[in-house]
Amino acid sequence: MHSSGTDRSRTPVLGIAIALCALLLIVGVAFSVGQYPVSVTELLRVLQSWAGGAPHGLDPTLDTVVLEIRGPRILAALLVGAALAAAGAAYQNLFRNPLVSPDILGVSTGAAVGAVLGIFLSLGVVAIQSLAFAGGLAAVGMVYFVAKSVRGHDPLLVLVLAGVVLGSLLGACVALMKYLADPYNQLPAITYWLLGSLASTEARDLWIAAPLMLAGLLPLWLLRWRINVLSLDDEEARALGVATGRIRLMVIIGATLMTAAAVAISGVIGWIGLVIPHFARLLTGPDFSRLLPVSVLLGAGFLVAVDALARAIANVEVPLGVLTALVGAPLFLWQLATARRGWQ
Amino acid sequence: MRLAASNLAYGYADRKVGSGVTLELAAGEVLCLLGPNGSGKTTLFRTLLGLLPAQGGSVLLDGCDVQTLTRAAIARQVSYVPQAHGAFFPYTVREVVLMGRTAHMGLFAAPSARDYAAAVAAIKRMGLQHLADVAYTRISGGERQLVLIARALAQDARMVVMDEPTANLDFGNQVRVLERIRALADDGIGVLLSTHDPDHAFLCADRVAMLVQGELVACGTPAEEITAQRLKQLYGIDVAVTALALADARIRNVCLPLGAL
Repeated sequence: MHSSGTDRSRTPVLGIAIALCALLLIVGVAFSVGQYPVSVTELLRVLQSWAGGAPHGLDPTLDTVVLEIRGPRILAALLVGAALAAAGAAYQNLFRNPLVSPDILGVSTGAAVGAVLGIFLSLGVVAIQSLAFAGGLAAVGMVYFVAKSVRGHDPLLVLVLAGVVLGSLLGACVALMKYLADPYNQLPAITYWLLGSLASTEARDLWIAAPLMLAGLLPLWLLRWRINVLSLDDEEARALGVATGRIRLMVIIGATLMTAAAVAISGVIGWIGLVIPHFARLLTGPDFSRLLPVSVLLGAGFLVAVDALARAIANVEVPLGVLTALVGAPLFLWQLATARRGWQ
Repeated sequence: MRLAASNLAYGYADRKVGSGVTLELAAGEVLCLLGPNGSGKTTLFRTLLGLLPAQGGSVLLDGCDVQTLTRAAIARQVSYVPQAHGAFFPYTVREVVLMGRTAHMGLFAAPSARDYAAAVAAIKRMGLQHLADVAYTRISGGERQLVLIARALAQDARMVVMDEPTANLDFGNQVRVLERIRALADDGIGVLLSTHDPDHAFLCADRVAMLVQGELVACGTPAEEITAQRLKQLYGIDVAVTALALADARIRNVCLPLGAL
């Protein structure tokens, strides 16, 4: 079985290497495109002097563009893309369905209610972000406890149904607040938030969001083998020695923490959590210990690229949620039509 | 090592499937469960494995109530081969068999070299080497059944519960699986299996149990219990049970369904 042993180690390394190279390239490009073009040499000299080297002696505007505007924004795109893709990968295994996205349990709608309420009450940015984060957690918590109190059914099915029902209820709350909002000040802000954007991200937001995302990623990584087994029938997984209820709860907590932190700083950005794990699976196979890192890298790269596109293609910023859908949907359909490796 | 049910009532809170089942499986023996469709075989197995709570009576694993044991503790002692089914993601056959090792890994652990070795050995024992790197989603129903048995072997438990392990297999593979089951018992493992073919009990079982509408109607050696009368009670058809002298002077019992044919 010597050859199979090397197979095991080679494939993930290749997949991760491809994803990592793509990511570096995309980040480089993302720094240079925009209203104020930055060349690669300029970028390197700015970064060098920022890291403690000699002053670069170039236009000081470069410092502002690279370090204060694009830097935090690209970092935010990396984090948000990685978080959404990782949460999506975990949920697809948990719900045994490749068409599941991180907001299946209502985290995005919950966050939307929080953020829209904040805008509706004319609160500040930090308050809006906090409300969004809390709303996301509260929505998933409610879904989980509703599902928990219904007995005698397949626990997964009840979770999904509770998520759908609560999601549409919260959707109605958002619609009501939009209807009541001031159409000149509040409504555009609400719409803007619901479409997702990283334009107003500041370094300060990242200091709060990044640790939350890492805290959510940790259980997903630690439980990586158990998450593989969760993709079997519930009874089968239990017969193999997995306490499915407890593991499922830990995965839900981790994925929800990551998604809620992401949505709080970026607004609702769809498609990443659905499409990226799917492509990662094609690259490395379904084993979660490889799927998770590759999803993280691809998700990060994808959102940096889409965000660069959002800045570059028009004079006005195109909302991210619109772009991810425009890019993600055709990619997904193309993959569906050409894939040779099915699930069933 | 013993798996014992005493006066067991099983099923669901709102729908009782069976009751009064007293049954014991010892290490090193093959116990074959016969029963018509809907007689509650799978539900009984789930209850014996602690996957469903007992509605009355008890299931003891080496003297401990299964309801008080953790899932991992049960899985280290009893493995389960469910009926072959679809899968959701294209895990390779090796990865699926490796999942059988889960109960031996720590909560946060990934498979160790020892786990890989156990999986490879189990794949070899079932003669599945050529499929090890193929996606489980791409192999036939019969091959999946063999993979699930390999997974149970990798689990390294002293008892195996198999729900119709021969259901999807061709004639040759049915016999190969029965040979494998016999060899497992000879290695000291207790096997409880259900089947729809009473001849399988003649081929590999030490004891046979018969389930009708959730209640045990017989439990004993195949030669004593598999009679035309019993099979009529179980399946509602006329069956001839005869002894057949083979060329090498062995005697074999066989069942021949008559029905109205």
